[in-house]
Amino acid sequence: MDKIQIVAIIAVLFFIGLISRFIIRGKLRTEYSIIWILIGLILMVFSLWRQSLDLLAKFFGVFYAPSLIFIFFFFMIFIFLIHLSVVNSKQHEQIKKLAQEIALLKEKISEKNKI
Amino acid sequence: MGRIVTSKKILVIIPCYNEAENVALLYNQIKEIQIENCKVTPLFINDYSTDNTKTKLEQIGAKYLDNPINLQIGGTVQLGFMYANENNFDIAIQMDGDGQHPPSELNKIIKPILLNEADVVIGSRYINKEGFQSTFFRRFGIDFFSKLNKLLVGITVKDSTSGYRAYNKNAICNLIDYYPDEYPEPEAIVYLVNKKLKIVEVPVLMKSRLGGVSSIKNFTSIYYMIKVSLNTLFLHLKMKSNG
Repeated sequence: MDKIQIVAIIAVLFFIGLISRFIIRGKLRTEYSIIWILIGLILMVFSLWRQSLDLLAKFFGVFYAPSLIFIFFFFMIFIFLIHLSVVNSKQHEQIKKLAQEIALLKEKISEKNKI
Repeated sequence: MGRIVTSKKILVIIPCYNEAENVALLYNQIKEIQIENCKVTPLFINDYSTDNTKTKLEQIGAKYLDNPINLQIGGTVQLGFMYANENNFDIAIQMDGDGQHPPSELNKIIKPILLNEADVVIGSRYINKEGFQSTFFRRFGIDFFSKLNKLLVGITVKDSTSGYRAYNKNAICNLIDYYPDEYPEPEAIVYLVNKKLKIVEVPVLMKSRLGGVSSIKNFTSIYYMIKVSLNTLFLHLKMKSNG
């Protein structure tokens, strides 16, 4: 086993450990962690089985194997960013609704206190 | 036997963002209004102002709501609709807090609703071309949205960005479900027409602002035009595809 392979495996283990820690501590909701665990597992496969990238590149007809990694991750990150925008928009609506309800409740309470 | 005359409850929704200079005068003007068989209630909504709008509202003893965060003009006006619905108002009026919309013109915009001739009434400064007519670039934008609305839903509202409007109960219920956050006026027209509500435009006099700063600083802002156009277009497509 090459030194770089050992480094890669340790890095991936650290990455998976970090994600797990966030989930366990409740800082990351499971639905957002799935993609990161998935990425961790894919990275693990590439670190343990070095030829896999070359085989994959040959299969797709890619001349320079590492470019496959770039295109794959670029695509994944792109999709995930769109997903985050959707989540953000949904939260925007929810916060708006909550604030409106609070404003209405505040008025009701102050009306009650006047009597 | 005498005819039973039921009095209509009218809510005047006044969104305020840093309008401390204008609220007292506006409050007194609305209080003076007398319309037959109608009870007019002004409701100020302080949209998390950074000046002393809230203290001013407290001082003059006006009924007001106080947003816990800045909800922008759309969310604030929508909150007014929620209040109108919860407290069983018959008509909701939307009026700017900056004094551009004179309360003395109120009877003109509620008349078509009282006569059951419309669900939504938009006060327009362009029908009779009287009073404050706004700047050239603003008018270009207003005209653009007027034409876009005509293209999409086939009705012409000349003063497409006018925020001086009256709504009946049916319209209020629909606007609680959906109202855009920023620059909501032109888009709301497309929404309401798709909801099969009848919109009429009546001439009113408008003034230039009393004080403070407008929420639209530069009407030519490309962002505004693109955003509202896109929103309107997508909303229309969405409503058409849902039948």
